[in-house]
Amino acid sequence: MLERLLVTLVVWVFCAPAAHASASPEELHFLIPGGAGGGWDTTARAAGAALLSAGLVAQVSYENRSGAGGAKGFAYMLDRRARSEAVLMVSSTPILVRTLRPEFQQNWRQLTPVGAVIGDFGALMVRADAPWPNLEELIKALQCNPRSIKFAGGSNRGDLDHLILAAAFEAFGLSPRDARYVPYGAGGAATLALLSGETPAMAATIGDAMGPIQDSAIRVLAVASPERLQQLPDVPTFNELGFDFEFLNWRGFFAVPDLEQATLHEWTSLLEALSRAPAWQQEMQRHGWIPVTHRGPEFAAYLDRQEIQIRRLLKALEAPR
Amino acid sequence: MFEGLDIGIQTAFTPFNVLMVMTGCFAGTFVGMLPGLGPATAVALMVPVTYSLDPAAALILMAGVYYGAAFGGSTSSILINAPGDSSSAVTTFDGYPLARQGRAGKALAIAAWASFSGGMLSAGALLFAAPLLSIVALSFQSPDYFVLMLMGLTAVSALSGPGQVLRSYAMAILGMMLATIGTDGISGVPRLTFGQLELIDGLSFLLIAMATYALAEVLLVVLQNKAPPENAVHTTHLRDLVLERNEIREIAPAIGRHSLLGFFIGVLPGAGATLASFLSYAVEKKFAGAGARPPFGHGNLRGVAAPESANNAASTGAFVPLLTLGIPGSGTTAIMLGALIAHGLQPGPRLYVDHPEVFWSVIVSMFLGNLMLLVINLPMTPWLARLLRVPQPVLMPVVMMFCLLGVYLVSFDAMDILVMIIIAVAAVALRWLQFPLAPLLLGFVLGGYLEDNLQRTLILYDGGWQFLWERPASLVMAVATLVFVGWSLLRRNQATGL
Repeated sequence: MLERLLVTLVVWVFCAPAAHASASPEELHFLIPGGAGGGWDTTARAAGAALLSAGLVAQVSYENRSGAGGAKGFAYMLDRRARSEAVLMVSSTPILVRTLRPEFQQNWRQLTPVGAVIGDFGALMVRADAPWPNLEELIKALQCNPRSIKFAGGSNRGDLDHLILAAAFEAFGLSPRDARYVPYGAGGAATLALLSGETPAMAATIGDAMGPIQDSAIRVLAVASPERLQQLPDVPTFNELGFDFEFLNWRGFFAVPDLEQATLHEWTSLLEALSRAPAWQQEMQRHGWIPVTHRGPEFAAYLDRQEIQIRRLLKALEAPR
Repeated sequence: MFEGLDIGIQTAFTPFNVLMVMTGCFAGTFVGMLPGLGPATAVALMVPVTYSLDPAAALILMAGVYYGAAFGGSTSSILINAPGDSSSAVTTFDGYPLARQGRAGKALAIAAWASFSGGMLSAGALLFAAPLLSIVALSFQSPDYFVLMLMGLTAVSALSGPGQVLRSYAMAILGMMLATIGTDGISGVPRLTFGQLELIDGLSFLLIAMATYALAEVLLVVLQNKAPPENAVHTTHLRDLVLERNEIREIAPAIGRHSLLGFFIGVLPGAGATLASFLSYAVEKKFAGAGARPPFGHGNLRGVAAPESANNAASTGAFVPLLTLGIPGSGTTAIMLGALIAHGLQPGPRLYVDHPEVFWSVIVSMFLGNLMLLVINLPMTPWLARLLRVPQPVLMPVVMMFCLLGVYLVSFDAMDILVMIIIAVAAVALRWLQFPLAPLLLGFVLGGYLEDNLQRTLILYDGGWQFLWERPASLVMAVATLVFVGWSLLRRNQATGL
């Protein structure tokens, strides 16, 4: 009897603090490496709100640490390593690009990938009155002279939209180095350039131009998704046209470095529960988001593959012509 | 259109939406007055609140916060030389001297009336011509933006005092050099960051404006042990709020001109209210000529009225590309776009067909909002002006704290405070050496846009310069720039007898 009591006591003493230290889903803190109202911010706040209303977490807090395209938030996350496990940083595909750029000295492997929840796919688009009725005609024109068509994009050279264009050129059997990419500061500015006739075509993710696409001011020639998108059932994928490539800008979450297996498991099942929650379904519907399911170790493996794709594209862009 | 107006009035004047206008205006004024915190932060804070509202009420609320912040931004510019938001930086040029002459109440009243008129006139323009004006936004391309910024640079000569032209240009170039710090907008390569993560985004305009004006002023007051002028203490009487007939006659044409100018610059995505306020100030100074009494920069009433009407008109103009094209022209309108999309609305050419109640009610609410802002702001001015009665040894540290806090609260980065102090010390030295600081701000504002648009244009035109004569808009502005520069050189030579 006494023995049992003692064992219980010992277990209680040693396990209670341990159970407390492991991230309990009682409390969840979102670190947002961008400004309020941006894409990362919207994702984290929508996820937090859905988790709360589904009763999956009792308390949610948010913190914006914007700067250097997310690098400041990343650095802050590394600093927090010992202090808290109940922190999730929202991120997206550009974290891989930054990993490959020497000036940041940040590698996504320093953090623990938890999972991707939504995504946006790359696409080639033209204005409604463009001379190319479909992708085939555009490729014909490019094969005649790959430098004849200028593509607008919302990111800097060597970043997301430029990589989408490079991936397309690679799939067409052209040299990505020959792609004429005109960078605009943001997706909206690139869309405007396409609408105003400044550039005849655009390489970007679908979400950047959803409005004009729905108004049929912009035509999507093909989208780099595995299957046709629900919102654009008439737009073919590159795969079905015979060009084997996909380009996903996922948005997902990372936890602090060296997260324990058990805790990671807890977080991934939380994301799993989130994706089934009706409140989250509603949020996705509202924003027109496309669901993506990459979780835990499988997410890390996906990131490895995407990193290989991006490294290859960056190399191709730098190669001498 | 009248049908739409009818729907708009019906929607905007429901008691709940009137409450939303009021809430937005109050919140906007308050945030605008705090140095550092600008409309972008204020609107972003409102976004979660709007999720529980219907789309029309949500947009009315966010719009109220947005132009409310532009309205309130002038207060701290005038009283303590610290711009409340970046588009009010120009208001310090003549507003603060007025406050030091003991006419803070008058300056605040003029700013309120000018903001009100700018907001009203541009809301009228939005009402009648929004769908039409989307063509203007679409016709402007990168080369045109480049030449527009080039034309903006000619304002440098207007921002300099007599005999300072060369120093002014030197300062403008210094401003453009400061603008090159950070990631290059085209290649994505970080420049002059010395490996510091904190410098990758470059310096913020607000940080530079606060450092060169507010913080440098505090340091100068301390260093020179300047006592405030006697009459600065007895500041404001209620009669200051009512403009006299000769004052109205003086500022009314300026307000008219710059509401129009500001509105058009606001319509152009990517130009913005800060540029609008600079250009209007420069144009107004040229308009007034050398005979302006008191001279610009020494408390001229038109120097307050012009930028204040222009920045309010520009923030209204920014709704044209947002509502008619679905394209945000600035960070703040981008946040509003995101919130509208979250409501299942896609702003664009179809918005006023599919959701006329949203489109028209937000425009109608602007008339109501501007009226409310005037009612909120005018009676407050005597109380605000009383702030200057606080003794200098108390006021100056408080101003300093607000400046540092204002910048820190935007970035949460201690590095910014360090950079700010360095710039403020440099600004004090430059002021002692008689270098004007306004051209530095102008050079900084224009530098980034100028470079990005030039680089992009040269990519588009394969390195050629033919856009200068092939594009009508560019040609007109390029010729205007040459005429402007030639004219001011000629006048200078005549003046100096060379």
